[in-house]
Amino acid sequence: MAEVSEYNGLIWKESFPGGAHWSGVIRRGTVLRLTDIEGGANIAMLMNNIEVKNERFNMPDTLKAQKTAFLTTPNMCFSDMGRVMCSVIADSCGWHDTIGGISNAAMVERKYGVKTYQQAHNDYYKNAYDGLINELSKWGLNSSDIVPNINWFSKVRVEDDGAMTFIENNSKAGDYVDLRFEMDCIVSLSSVQHAMDPNAEYKPKPIELSVFKALPVAQDDPCRIHRGENERAYYNTKVFYGENPND
Amino acid sequence: MTEKFDESRIVYREVVEAGKPWMHEVKAGQFFRIVDLEGNEAVDTLFYNATDHDERYSATDTIREQGNIYLTTGSVLRSNLGNPMLTIVDDTCGRHDTIGGACSAESNTVRYAIEKRHMHSCRDSFLMALGSCSCNHDKKMSKDDLSSNINFFMNVPVTPDGHLDFDDGISAPGRYVEMQAHMDTLILVSNCPQLNNPCNGYNPTPVEMVIWE
Repeated sequence: MAEVSEYNGLIWKESFPGGAHWSGVIRRGTVLRLTDIEGGANIAMLMNNIEVKNERFNMPDTLKAQKTAFLTTPNMCFSDMGRVMCSVIADSCGWHDTIGGISNAAMVERKYGVKTYQQAHNDYYKNAYDGLINELSKWGLNSSDIVPNINWFSKVRVEDDGAMTFIENNSKAGDYVDLRFEMDCIVSLSSVQHAMDPNAEYKPKPIELSVFKALPVAQDDPCRIHRGENERAYYNTKVFYGENPND
Repeated sequence: MTEKFDESRIVYREVVEAGKPWMHEVKAGQFFRIVDLEGNEAVDTLFYNATDHDERYSATDTIREQGNIYLTTGSVLRSNLGNPMLTIVDDTCGRHDTIGGACSAESNTVRYAIEKRHMHSCRDSFLMALGSCSCNHDKKMSKDDLSSNINFFMNVPVTPDGHLDFDDGISAPGRYVEMQAHMDTLILVSNCPQLNNPCNGYNPTPVEMVIWE
């Protein structure tokens, strides 16, 4: 694995188990590192601009602008307002899913059966939809904000005829992805298994979050110069924050 | 589900010009046909449960449950709650896009040039319908309600190595797609005004909407 950068210093670090949900504000100018502790994790993520909450991650705009169907470095994640929410500045995994969506209660029951809180306390079977609704609601967001999400560490391949296949063992223990935030975002996460994971056993994996102070974004930053589209979205983001867009 | 199209049972028929929004309800059991009158058009479409707009078309639930990113005859269009909203029952085009989304003023600045902001766009058409069209009985709908849409007649191939592109359309004059509604469904359409990519051959054209029962 490549040497892991600390950027301009660790700000905080937390881990949480599989099947959990989490939300928080990740500030512009910081790097959120997601780490797959054991391998085979899945982290469903949604992002909303904290100031203009109905500005959110837009899967089609992200994919179209960069002519890709998955995320890795040096991709940027675009909002529905033509701006950059975060940039993928490091990635030891190589492929993160954008089209598989999230699990819901009926799907989890069909696949794994029923295990309630009454039966299993915090080991009960959870699903990503309910987890994300729980987090979104804390910020005044709702089901309309459940738009196509990112599934970090998961890989879904599309054949020429359009058939979708979940690729197992895409992510190894210790794999990480570093997201440099370009916008102050509400980040909502669920660590439930991917909806297409064929493993019949309910066994979602733990993840770790660490936040670092980012290095300044240079004019020749690999994400900015990846495509003209990326530079223009970054330009729009600078304008939004009242900064000289050509810096 | 394979009832033959019957002109005598048409309850609604309208030609929608390129660049125009359109919003209409189709009742459970009714059929909804979009005819690509001149070919190569992209018809950007969203669906909502007519009685509960919080339930709406979900691109990811639809493609995941059928295990394929393209839509054609037999595809079940699913909601964010996983429920079937409509099923495609007839399709003379053969492939429709689920992940290309709709252009907007803002995304045009990113994809083409900052100066393209002022060109007509699909999300402007959507917002026009939601904000001012008499067909929107619930004026509370807004940009919050725009999610990833279907592009009928549009070809956005993905390769096994994850490359995505916009290809020339595979539609032709007179080709159509027809679906039957499982629930009372509100349909929101932008008949694509896009002049910057080949999805409609740089030449937006009219389509015809037909509802029959």
